Amino acid sequence: MTRTPDRDADRSAPVVEVHDLVAHYGRREILHGVSFSVQRGEIMVIMGGSGSGKSTLLRHLLGLERPSAGSIRILGQEITRMGDLELYALSRRFGVAFQGGALFSSMTVGENVMLPLREHTRLDRETMKIMMRLKLEVVNLAGFEELMPSELSGGMVKRAAFARAIIMDPVILFCDEPSAGLDPVVSSALDDLILRLRDALGMTIVVVTHELESAFRIADRITVLDGGEILAVGRVAEVRESPNPRIQNLLQRRFEEEAIDPDAYLARLTGEEARRS
Amino acid sequence: MAAPGPVPLRLRALEELGRASLHALAALGLGAHLLVDSLLWLLLGSRRGQTVRPASVFSEMVQIGVRAIPIASLLAGTLGVMLAIQGIYQLRRFGAEEQVVIGVAFGMVREFAPLITGILVAGRSGSALAARLATMTISQEVDALRVMGINPVRFLVAPSLFAMLLVLPALVVWSDLVSLFAAGLYVGGELGMTLQAFFVQTLDLLTPDDVMHGVWKSVIFAVLVTLIGIVDGSAVTGGAEGVGRATTNSVVHGISAIVLTDMLFAFATTR
Repeated sequence: MTRTPDRDADRSAPVVEVHDLVAHYGRREILHGVSFSVQRGEIMVIMGGSGSGKSTLLRHLLGLERPSAGSIRILGQEITRMGDLELYALSRRFGVAFQGGALFSSMTVGENVMLPLREHTRLDRETMKIMMRLKLEVVNLAGFEELMPSELSGGMVKRAAFARAIIMDPVILFCDEPSAGLDPVVSSALDDLILRLRDALGMTIVVVTHELESAFRIADRITVLDGGEILAVGRVAEVRESPNPRIQNLLQRRFEEEAIDPDAYLARLTGEEARRS
Repeated sequence: MAAPGPVPLRLRALEELGRASLHALAALGLGAHLLVDSLLWLLLGSRRGQTVRPASVFSEMVQIGVRAIPIASLLAGTLGVMLAIQGIYQLRRFGAEEQVVIGVAFGMVREFAPLITGILVAGRSGSALAARLATMTISQEVDALRVMGINPVRFLVAPSLFAMLLVLPALVVWSDLVSLFAAGLYVGGELGMTLQAFFVQTLDLLTPDDVMHGVWKSVIFAVLVTLIGIVDGSAVTGGAEGVGRATTNSVVHGISAIVLTDMLFAFATTR
């Protein structure tokens, strides 16, 4: 495999740099000027509730959506104005583990994991198989290569997705909600896996999640996203002890309740809002 | 946000019509874009490091073509017999039953074999394509392809399109043969004409142009069915229900497009 030139370049430069990112879906503004950066070799957890804009942010980081304004630099390259082919070339250097795994249902687990190798390298089949088994060992799925994704449990699908994400030895690994929908035991095993990938392989890992426990356990730094804005970026302790009431609300899972006007409430229920003078 | 007052029905209908036209236009645009893009990937894919794999084209060909042979034969044969029955019934008024060969030969080869094969493939493979694309979109498999640096058009669309272009014309020629054979058997039983005589007459009547008339139509159908399946499939919204809707849409759109194009093609080339 080709050595990526920047691996030997300035190791202190951030791997991901997001500056004043503004994103819209239709006319609705989802992200209102988001800025943060991810350093090499760290696990950055982007935490937020549903509707916070974290999924939108991830889709922009992956180049799946184009922002309305702002800049995203990944491995020093500006991706917001990149052509498709350049983006494909860059995306070979990052891996993505999607929330639902996104394994191809028509292929076996082994074929899924090997797909990036098959598409991007000229290795012979035996070598690819060895590399595939190596990655399946890393995620504790040795011996499952012949199964179809539909034959795996939820946790196993996610682990297989991790194996596929790291098959090309990426510099950055993006994980979307790694512990969502899993029981605590399986989910903590996945947390261990993420920590192991950072320690053993030196990967930079960006995790998007709403799970507090998992976030606090694996994060080197946390970015707290709420309502399309960043409330804080910092180490776990800093975020935990933040005086910002919105962060404390999030951490204690309190909803920001709106003051209820009984008349308006009644009008909403009866649908008479429009008719009221 | 509450509307300032009830919108008049006429205005709303106009708005709805406008929105539907925009949607249709956008879908047409996407279809055209996909067609050009697929052809580019087929031709230049290997130079860009993204080859369209012969293996995936081949497996699509088996799925779309080889597996459709039994049902295509059944439908084509049935249509051939049906045309013969109706032909003999009409021609009996003139005492010219023997002339049924003309109706069957031209009717099948120029019109009904391509039409029924196109409709069959739209229902069988166009819908499967739409369902697959829709499911893959919902389960983020299409996103996964893109972030793996694999162009989805090259990986998913181009093999299907290429396979469809190779297989549908072949299926049509096969349907031609089967339907003529079935019609020949029936006419033989009914009018005492030997199968051999039937085929000699048929071959006398038909020119290569007649066969190509059907084949060219099927090439257009192949493009239509594939692109409609992909466009409808990738337009999916919502979950399982959305997949069902996308699949149904692809069949309805596919069959409508085939019937319309068939008439237009005949109108443009036959008069």
